[in-house]
Amino acid sequence: MKDKTKYFSYPYIVWMSIFILLPSFLVLLYSITTKESNGITTIQFTLDNYKMFFNNMYIYILWDSISLAALSTTICLVLGYPAAYIIANANLSKRNTLLFLCILPMWMNMLLRTYAWMTILGNNGLINTFLEFIGLQKLNLLYTKGATVMGMVYNFIPFMILPIYTALSKMDNGLIEAADDLGANKKTVFRKIILPLSMPGVISGIIMVFMPAVSTFIIPQLLGGNKNMMIGNLIEKLFILNGDWNFGSAISIIMMIIILISMSIMNKFDVDKEGGARLW
Amino acid sequence: MSNAIIELNNIIKKFDGETVLDDINLSVKENEFVTLLGPSGCGKTTTLRIIGGFETPTSGEVYFDGHLMNDVPPFKRQLNTVFQKYALFPHMNVFENIAFGLRIKKMDERIIEGKVSKMLELFNLKNYGKRRIDQLSGGQQQRIAIARALVNEPKVLLLDEPLGALDLKLRKEMQNELKAMQKKIGITFVYVTHDQEEALTMSDTIVVMNDGIIQQMGTPIDIYNEPENAFVADFIGESNILDGIMHDDYLVEFLGKKFECVDFGFGKGEEIEVVIRPEDLVLTEAGTSPLEGIVKSVTFKGVHYEMRVVVSNFEFLVHSTTKAPIGETIGLSLTPDDIHIMEKGE
Repeated sequence: MKDKTKYFSYPYIVWMSIFILLPSFLVLLYSITTKESNGITTIQFTLDNYKMFFNNMYIYILWDSISLAALSTTICLVLGYPAAYIIANANLSKRNTLLFLCILPMWMNMLLRTYAWMTILGNNGLINTFLEFIGLQKLNLLYTKGATVMGMVYNFIPFMILPIYTALSKMDNGLIEAADDLGANKKTVFRKIILPLSMPGVISGIIMVFMPAVSTFIIPQLLGGNKNMMIGNLIEKLFILNGDWNFGSAISIIMMIIILISMSIMNKFDVDKEGGARLW
Repeated sequence: MSNAIIELNNIIKKFDGETVLDDINLSVKENEFVTLLGPSGCGKTTTLRIIGGFETPTSGEVYFDGHLMNDVPPFKRQLNTVFQKYALFPHMNVFENIAFGLRIKKMDERIIEGKVSKMLELFNLKNYGKRRIDQLSGGQQQRIAIARALVNEPKVLLLDEPLGALDLKLRKEMQNELKAMQKKIGITFVYVTHDQEEALTMSDTIVVMNDGIIQQMGTPIDIYNEPENAFVADFIGESNILDGIMHDDYLVEFLGKKFECVDFGFGKGEEIEVVIRPEDLVLTEAGTSPLEGIVKSVTFKGVHYEMRVVVSNFEFLVHSTTKAPIGETIGLSLTPDDIHIMEKGE
């Protein structure tokens, strides 16, 4: 029995090898070879691609990406935690409606949703038209860092709400009653019981938001404009416009390492050994 | 009211229009061990939760030490609860779990240390302070749940089926331990269980509940020997319940035969119910007793044999250390003391 079931995993292993391991390997290979390598025979290894990255301009873009992603993640957490808390404590029918509303935007294409924000934030967009109508000055909203952050928060906040909601809703109500019974008022119950026990969800949420946010290129491109480039845009530009796959790959590998390091740091904080609320 | 620490007056509790508790009146004396006993869904846990403050009664009053407590939230009540599933905090170690209530009161760290250590010692968990909750056995978790409540020195400890999850042997041990502890520290226990044996073993007073109504309240001996109705008789231990007629004081008729009994005060010719405990019936030879029947089944139960004996269409349950072969005609003898008369239920 036990031996036979493992065959079921073979298609997945094949899938993983073709679509995850092989591309990753190729990215790695590109990152450590020169542009001039055209085949096995002429392959030339180099670390120049990595060296090139350590240049003020690129470091600045990296720092910008990380800080914008961190800011978006923080905003998602600040808005998402209360939202998840409200959903988890709502009665059953209300809870389902709220969850549905939370997931509903994800049914639409992300590109489309981001375009929608352009028409809202644009110079002649919804907000500015309204401001003009009530006699105020137009604001420069689109093509700013603020618009990028706004777009990231809007797109990724469900990934913050859902894991926190899962952690909160699986929490045993008995624990809250026990704390109440032992003399803790509502604030203390939250601080000492609810918050620490929902940490696995918070950590999942942070990872789920931070990772796509730090590497996104559509949102900064559409909402941030050309001056607010993020690392994702840089990689995209190198691959598509400059055709410099080697340097693009090197930056991708650097990003991967940064994400892996931040993930392992986050996991250190994760005390929940059952892993119930974690999405991986 | 003099030394009653908890008073429930005319408590009614409805959930979505369904009555769960119907006019509960209960008074718990200081240092008493009171058990709420009944089948699941009888309202015993709801009663406990009303005392603890986790539910508010639909109507009626809850008094604690003479003060009306209806709208006082749990964290302001001077009582602590041991929950059915223990509800230990999984993100804290044993020490922190027990210290929780003390920390809330912002006690001095040294005092907390002392009190928690004393509790750990009392519960034979001296070296377990640093353990994680999931590293403990059910029995240990249960003791920590009690320690966590007791360390706050509550006036009343509420226990909601705290032994339900333990195996039989451990449960018996803990019953004795709990009872001994209650005597030693001298606080009031309100204990909820569906296990009648547990209730009989531990309680000073048993409150038998069913369908949200208190069926009978009394000492274990009273409840066992003088059940007030068929439900109590049936729920507290096994019993044979027969229809009968009271002919006169001290004279009852059932199964077409008249018996001397110790009950009086019923109307002449009143229809009543007779309760006979299976262990009170004694096997005799045929022809020596007015009750004569045929043995239908014999089951070995360890200490005794459980037999079913058919006497003119009524099947008696008999517990006896001796047995008779299946199919044999035997006599069942009983003394007037063994016949308990109850008013006929609906």
